[in-house]
Amino acid sequence: MSATLIRSGRVIDPANKRDEVLDLAIVDGKIAEQSAIKDQKAETVDAEGLIVAPGLIDMHVHLREPGFSHKETIESGARAAAAGGFTTIVCMPNTSPAADNPATIAWVNDRAAVTACVNVLPTGAISKNIAGEELAPIGSLGQAGVVAITDDGHCVQNHELMRRAVEYARMVGLPVLDHCQDYNLVGNGVVNEGYWSTLLGLPGWPAAGEEAIVMRNILLAELCDHRIHCQHISAAGSVHLLREARARGVKISGEVCPHHIALTDEAIQNFDTNYKMNPPLRSKEDVDVILEGIADGTLSILCSDHAPHAEFEKEVEFDQAPFGIVGLETELGIFIDQLVHKHRKIDIVRLIEMYTVEPAKLLKLDAGTLSVGAPADVTLIDPDLEWTVKIDKFESASRNSPFGSWKLRGRAVRTIVGGKTVWRL
Amino acid sequence: MSTNWNRKDLLGLRELSPEEINFILETADAFKQVGTREIKKVPALRGKTMVNFFVEPSTRTRTSFELAAHRLSADVINISVTTSSLTKGETLKDTARNLEALHADILVLRHSSAGAPQFLAQRLKSSVINAGDGAHEHPTQGLLDVYTIRERRGKIDKLHIVIVGDILFSRVARSNIFALTKLGARVTLVGPSTLVPREFEKLGVTVSYKIDDVLPTADVVNLLRIQHERQRKEYFPGIGEYTTLFGLTKERAKLLKPDCLVMHPGPINRGVEIDSEVADGLQSVILDQVTNGLAVRMAVLYLCGGIAT
Repeated sequence: MSATLIRSGRVIDPANKRDEVLDLAIVDGKIAEQSAIKDQKAETVDAEGLIVAPGLIDMHVHLREPGFSHKETIESGARAAAAGGFTTIVCMPNTSPAADNPATIAWVNDRAAVTACVNVLPTGAISKNIAGEELAPIGSLGQAGVVAITDDGHCVQNHELMRRAVEYARMVGLPVLDHCQDYNLVGNGVVNEGYWSTLLGLPGWPAAGEEAIVMRNILLAELCDHRIHCQHISAAGSVHLLREARARGVKISGEVCPHHIALTDEAIQNFDTNYKMNPPLRSKEDVDVILEGIADGTLSILCSDHAPHAEFEKEVEFDQAPFGIVGLETELGIFIDQLVHKHRKIDIVRLIEMYTVEPAKLLKLDAGTLSVGAPADVTLIDPDLEWTVKIDKFESASRNSPFGSWKLRGRAVRTIVGGKTVWRL
Repeated sequence: MSTNWNRKDLLGLRELSPEEINFILETADAFKQVGTREIKKVPALRGKTMVNFFVEPSTRTRTSFELAAHRLSADVINISVTTSSLTKGETLKDTARNLEALHADILVLRHSSAGAPQFLAQRLKSSVINAGDGAHEHPTQGLLDVYTIRERRGKIDKLHIVIVGDILFSRVARSNIFALTKLGARVTLVGPSTLVPREFEKLGVTVSYKIDDVLPTADVVNLLRIQHERQRKEYFPGIGEYTTLFGLTKERAKLLKPDCLVMHPGPINRGVEIDSEVADGLQSVILDQVTNGLAVRMAVLYLCGGIAT
């Protein structure tokens, strides 16, 4: 029997509508009644001045294994997650081979069990080989333990195929996550279509290319009466569409990445490929509307779209570089700094809810709560700690971040998974 | 070296001040003079090596840079995409670092990716001269266009310059816009709405879709080639319709003021964006542009090559 007492922290547990200073008890890897450890020797963790939150969940992460272990492994990605305050991460299926079959899911689960210091939950592909042409074996993927299906990085263009995927996923009980990108409208676009693409002569990626698929997903969610979750929302128009549809009760939702609120497309002017991601950085007007969407609950989930790439892959001509940046080790700091401190759009309680209750509800996870009996996944957060991002100290195997040297206020200081401290500052 | 110039690279005209642009033009004046002498060669870059690194096809610009370098007594190496290791999977950075290791002092880069010259300039000690990067900039073309206008009209300030054609995909248009607006010209862009989006107005120019309304007040008409090889077909219905709506036909040329200059960066598509009678007519300065390009490129190589040590 092992026991831990986290003392005198501000326990914020949105699932139980709790926000008070008290001691939190952990016995044998589960949240326990305080009385359960009265008579035994317990390790104590002093959490005075800190927030004690349910372990944070990042439901949009690329771990690159199998196939691209030079960018990231499940082991290094999990360490990066722990260092960012995450106890559970959901990994995308665009590996090699793609996670479009139960064998690959089993491999990922085995690998995670052996090497990962946080909970790793795989998603499966919507279509075979993420090619958007034929359905992947969604039922078997469900049996293998995926928490959702998605073709992330790609987008099923055929609306009929997407409709059937959503209907089928409803039967299996899996939510559908979608990377919203209309290939015809976007073409070879690499940056937001607007002033900066015009000035720099870089191929534009118009906001309408995202909005068109968000609209498609709203229609299909309605038609199939099943949840579709729109990944990494970047455009103002998408927020308006989601707001209207959610008000009507459509089973549609959206998530936000830190770069889409902390940066605008002005950042691309030096052709630095660490500002190249998909969807691209948008205008100040888009950022303002996304912030409002977070404030009013239209956008309900925060995540990183952690997308590691090796330096030699990113250090090429702008239009030839792969999309994406790492995010696990900076996202919490950026969101606390920007949403809670700088723009005051939400309070820390809502921020924690968007990282715990919301993804847990969407993916039906046994996580995101400090209820007695729940797995003892806990994140200790200092919301006022001032720190500087040091890319060379990242746990991730990759370094492709635009946030080097950023000064942020707020971060995780200890990450506990199943009652065990897996990382501390 | 003059204190008026302290850049090792010429990446674009957007980052240059009006003074820097004028200084290049004045330097080009001196080199143009050299071109009229019996011995057209000067020793300015003797012992220096210039690499013409063309990752995208070009004859006019590559030849112009090569001749400019020869006239400055530099050694010249030409590398094109078929002879470079890029086709063997080597990255641009590695290829360029190898060239630098061979003591290439000046790298003239033509590349299909916008920003490729910036990318190399940040990583190399050699001078990097942009000879056209994607749809971004073609600074020496912009400079030779400005030089030609200034030579004929004595100034740029307050002139009305009309640029016609595929602006969206044109690096020539962007370099012209940046230089001309800095020097006080009024610039109007004309072409199909798909190739001349309104977004360009934020660069301080006027956008028009009616060429006949614009031509009577033009001091210069600069016609860009319709680059059908790099366009998806959705941008306009066809060449015939383009000529009908935007071609500088001999009929339409009658709208021009008698002293209006007709320019074209080449290669021209006769009968598409310009009629032969206009291209070869009295108002055309198309071949002056080519001659002036040599002087402008000598000036750029001389100034940047003198900074890189």
